Amino acid sequence: MKAYRGLAIIFGFYALGELATYILNLTVPGSVLGMLFLLGSLLTGLIKLEWVEGEAELLVRNMSVMFIPPGVGIVAYLGLIKSQAVPIFVALVLSFLVTLVVTAKTVEFLRRGVE
Amino acid sequence: MNPLGITLTLIIFYLFSELHSRRRAFYTNPVLLSIITIAAVLKGFGIPYESYMDSAVILKFLLGPAVVSLAVPVYKGRETIKTYAGEIALGIAAGGTVAILSAFYIARLLGGSEEVLLSIAPKSVTTAIAIGISEKIGGIPALTAVLVILTGLLGNAFAPELLGLIRVRDRIARGLATGVSSHGLGTARIILEDELAGAVSGLAMALNGVFTSLLLPHLIELLK
Repeated sequence: MKAYRGLAIIFGFYALGELATYILNLTVPGSVLGMLFLLGSLLTGLIKLEWVEGEAELLVRNMSVMFIPPGVGIVAYLGLIKSQAVPIFVALVLSFLVTLVVTAKTVEFLRRGVE
Repeated sequence: MNPLGITLTLIIFYLFSELHSRRRAFYTNPVLLSIITIAAVLKGFGIPYESYMDSAVILKFLLGPAVVSLAVPVYKGRETIKTYAGEIALGIAAGGTVAILSAFYIARLLGGSEEVLLSIAPKSVTTAIAIGISEKIGGIPALTAVLVILTGLLGNAFAPELLGLIRVRDRIARGLATGVSSHGLGTARIILEDELAGAVSGLAMALNGVFTSLLLPHLIELLK
């Protein structure tokens, strides 16, 4: 029975996040706002960790399968990908490399002499 | 509602997950292999995407609650966040911004169309958040989903080796760089090699998702 409490809280915060982005006309996804609201509620003690922990971890652990349906939508864009293969794949690989190096070197610079 | 779409998704994902647990390699990634296989089945049998999504949409819907649920690992990692607050904040600010700008500008330089630029800009954040951002800014969420997974695969396959190549040995730097550049798939790899780096990577992924979703829509308005 406790699962219903956890799921109700998680779905409720999702609804709250969606509502807030709609009313305030924000560009942040409602799910991200919902996450911030839930995080705030956990930090202030409004929501207790054990009320949502099991259900939240179940959803996070099983996130992978949820990417498949939106990913399959790619069938409609195969022509676009083929015609723009160079910008897409070169940008993907180079941007990954630059991001990895910049983040690593920034943090390493900050921590020089820490350990 | 036609139950075939969700059944097909679950069977194929189950089979590829079994394969992946037997042969752990970036090219056995069950999400990417499932997307390719289902897309091929739809094409091969001439099944319209809409009739597949008739029931598969339930899985997609759960991404919203799953993102909300990320509050739990972040809450549990609050001590780590406090300990490394400065590094985490600056690492994410620098890396998260570079991820957006480099993807956007390199794709534009090479002649990418506007919908491609908008779809590739959020490629470094966790898939669920990236899809949400792509929807909001007018990208193609399906293209974003696939690009995010490919980015994650790069991190999963090469992040520790690349960090070795540029001689970054600091564990916090290694974790942050992996999480910011290649979200959950990168995290899954680095956590096998170093638990602290893995924990930092997971937090970096979640926080970079929040940072990017706040920054990217405004940044894109300026860049367009």
